[in-house]
Amino acid sequence: MIKQYETVIGLEVHVELATKTKIFCSCSTEFGGAPNTHTCPVCTGMPGSLPVLNRKVVEYAMAIGLATNCDITRVCRFDRKNYFYPDNPQNYQISQLYLPIASNGYVEIEVGDTKKKIRIHEMHMEEDAGKLIHDEWDDTSLVDYNRSGVPLVEIVSEPDMSSADEVIAYLEKLRMIIQYLGASDCKLQEGSMRADVNLSVREAGTEKFGTRTEMKNLNSFKAIARAIQGERERQIELLEEGKAVIQETRRWDDNKEYSYAMRSKEDAKDYRYFPEPDLAPIVISDEWVQQIRKKQPELRTEKLKRYQKEFDIPNYDAEIITGSRHMAEIFEAATAICGKPKKVSNWLMVETLRLLKDHNMEPEEISFSPENLAKLVELTESRAINGSVAREVFEKIFSENVDPESYVEEHGLKTVNDEGALEEALKKVIADNVQAVEDYRGGKEKALGALVGQTMKAMKGKADPGLVNQKLKEMLAV
Amino acid sequence: MDITSMTAVELGKRIKAGKLSAMDAVQGCLAQIDKVEKDVHSFVTIDRDEALRRAEEVQKQIDEGTLNGPLAGVPVAVKDNLCTSRMRTTCSSKILENFRPSYTAEAVCNLEKAGAVVIGKTNMDEFAMGSTTETSYFGVTRNPWNLDHVPGGSSGGSCAAVAAGESVCALGSDTGGSIRQPSSFCGVVGLKPTYGTVSRYGLIAYGSSLDQIGPIAKDVTDCAAVLEAIASYDPKDGTSIDRSVYRKAMTDGGEGQAVPGYDFMSALVNDVSGMRIGIPKDYFGDGLSAEVREQIRKAVRVLESCGAIVEEFDLSLVKYAIPAYYVIASAEASSNLSRFDGVKYGYRTQEYEGLHHMYKKTRSEGFGAEVKRRIMLGSFVLSSGYYDAYYLKALKTKALIKEAFDQAFARFDVIVAPAAPTTAPELGKSLNDPLKMYLGDIYTISVNLAGLPGISIPVGKDKKGLPVGMQMIGNCFEEKKIIRAAYTLEQEGGRKS
Repeated sequence: MIKQYETVIGLEVHVELATKTKIFCSCSTEFGGAPNTHTCPVCTGMPGSLPVLNRKVVEYAMAIGLATNCDITRVCRFDRKNYFYPDNPQNYQISQLYLPIASNGYVEIEVGDTKKKIRIHEMHMEEDAGKLIHDEWDDTSLVDYNRSGVPLVEIVSEPDMSSADEVIAYLEKLRMIIQYLGASDCKLQEGSMRADVNLSVREAGTEKFGTRTEMKNLNSFKAIARAIQGERERQIELLEEGKAVIQETRRWDDNKEYSYAMRSKEDAKDYRYFPEPDLAPIVISDEWVQQIRKKQPELRTEKLKRYQKEFDIPNYDAEIITGSRHMAEIFEAATAICGKPKKVSNWLMVETLRLLKDHNMEPEEISFSPENLAKLVELTESRAINGSVAREVFEKIFSENVDPESYVEEHGLKTVNDEGALEEALKKVIADNVQAVEDYRGGKEKALGALVGQTMKAMKGKADPGLVNQKLKEMLAV
Repeated sequence: MDITSMTAVELGKRIKAGKLSAMDAVQGCLAQIDKVEKDVHSFVTIDRDEALRRAEEVQKQIDEGTLNGPLAGVPVAVKDNLCTSRMRTTCSSKILENFRPSYTAEAVCNLEKAGAVVIGKTNMDEFAMGSTTETSYFGVTRNPWNLDHVPGGSSGGSCAAVAAGESVCALGSDTGGSIRQPSSFCGVVGLKPTYGTVSRYGLIAYGSSLDQIGPIAKDVTDCAAVLEAIASYDPKDGTSIDRSVYRKAMTDGGEGQAVPGYDFMSALVNDVSGMRIGIPKDYFGDGLSAEVREQIRKAVRVLESCGAIVEEFDLSLVKYAIPAYYVIASAEASSNLSRFDGVKYGYRTQEYEGLHHMYKKTRSEGFGAEVKRRIMLGSFVLSSGYYDAYYLKALKTKALIKEAFDQAFARFDVIVAPAAPTTAPELGKSLNDPLKMYLGDIYTISVNLAGLPGISIPVGKDKKGLPVGMQMIGNCFEEKKIIRAAYTLEQEGGRKS
């Protein structure tokens, strides 16, 4: 390759909102459920049924808009997007084209040491479609309308990204903001967050955009990174061969690591958008915006700054902990109880992250209570249990949210503070390990470790290793 | 006692007094149906057993004293674009020939709560598209006054059923005149309420922003009684208006404005003294038949003699109403009717290869010519590159027409107009010239575009003995003013002339 190319990327991100009921009816949005059980005349598009807007959807959309520095459209409305497909029961989707709820925003991302603003063109509300299940055996298709009418927002960025790293940083940032707002769980694998990538390449230094393609079916960050790399190479190859890039929608196959053309601009559908006559325009008052603004939770950036000021924990820890709103909440609540931020942070940073990794879980799935973590910190601080017992108890807290106090009590794990028993054990260990004693007295510091180990074993692990260490030194010094 | 000549309120009184039972009332209508239905063909579906069962239920409630409204025990007919879970709902289309909804329309539920007994579903122009009830898949309805003539449309079945005594009263729907025009042709009283007054939940949509359900009855009193029963604020309809707190948009704690309530029967007062009546000059020029003009003049003179102040005024903007209406209604229809695709319910073609072929064949076979014409027209005006020139311009026209009416209602309480340029045309004379048929809606559609209430009442007959109707239009939420004017006219000789 002689020429240098740069990549221009814009994203369309769909996010399923966390409302309990659907956007235009009162059916449940719960994931799963037997096919067509969360349905009614409205979300199955029965004749004569009418949509009624779920106010909570507007509030979540406003919250996301405000958190991404968007202007909120004070009189916005819905439009119909007309197309025929069986997953879409009315054969039109209620969406927003002409007056979307939010526009003209941005989020700031950081890649390496470089900060960059990614502008948001607009964000709109719409309804999700049902799911088609193809029965290959029968050569038929079945429709499940449980997902039909689940509320979505679509966030459309400007073409401000130039690499997979930036795209992933942008998505992580959006995910973080939206999770913090409680507006969605943003799970790529389950489809509650979906991203379509618009990508073009151009010779470095040129102003004019190249012809772009839109890539769909990207359901992990890794797939997105691979798809960007793949599509960049494909387009450059075309240009190098003197061929043109065709404006089209392509479907990424992550197993084959290749994308396939779905439809080109020539046969792009005319969606015949027009204002949805069944829904009145949404008038958003200053008071309503203020209300939402007041209710906005502390977002990650602000939280991180506060942690650095309030708590004596390493910056790195603060970043990991605030990386999940749930983990940050556990941290703050446990710290408030026990007053030991550093200790709480250690449990989260070491044992919790290890167990999450072992169980292939997300921080959002942590199920223990901050109260139990705080109690554990207090038990170790008062030396009621030793470190290895504490780790054992923590595993139980992590998996079953046990109360560490009663668990330690029931299983007799408390450090034995019976000095007589300890002295008995020490005497016996010293007597039984003549060689080690001699080695230690001869200057081999390491030999002490073996003796401590023997003593702990004799005490069935319930002695305080610090105390054992100290006593041994005293006794051997004689 | 001849049930077929009684009004709903008279019949209700007799039932309440124990002189007649709800079953007698239904039997009376069924007997009349047996006599005339083969000629008139008002109904798509008649459910005798269910009507009688329901009448017994109602009678029991009347006897127990739990039902005592004016419509308790009164048989009604319902236009076949209103969903009923007990009866198929076809919109007079092949595509819904055997469609039975899973729920009943809010307006029908309200009517049943008032004790009315639904005896059947009435014929209509397919999907309410037409002005003659000739586009029905189930065959034409004939005008009971003269079987060689159409009953008008699209609520032709409902109007013919009431005129022929097959039903005591009926529900219709009005998108561009579909209650008022056939009421005029059949010599009955029909009212289209202010947009947002009767819930559209369960009305199979034609032009969503224009559709309203309304009563069709033998006189103004019945009309008010039925309207009072069906009107309600319905949270299931996002365009339904809560009259106690007028909430047009989803504002947060926004200021509301009280508007006249649903007590329409309180407007049955014989008094128009001091009422300001406007006559739009533009409605009485070319294109209006001399006979219709003459009958309306006479009726206006009656109102004047009762103390109304009558004045002519200019409403020239309404000449743009027809193109605006056909653009907006067709655009909405093209989208509303896309759900009829053979996938979930209704007709599906027998043989097809693949999904898109199934869609095309199902819809080609399932829809009639007029419906297809409007779907194509609507799809065209919404398509990319034409949206601004047609749809957006039509919306602007709609807003201007509303403004023109606002100005008029600053001066007048009621506007008087014809309901149709002529009396009922002969069967088979309209469909071959759709443009001419569309022009017949000139006096009614601007009322839908502006969202206003309008009533059509009989004011006389032409030389052939066909009824002439007159329309009275009110400002938004002012049904009571037009009911009062119509009632006065009825009492003072409108019906006699």
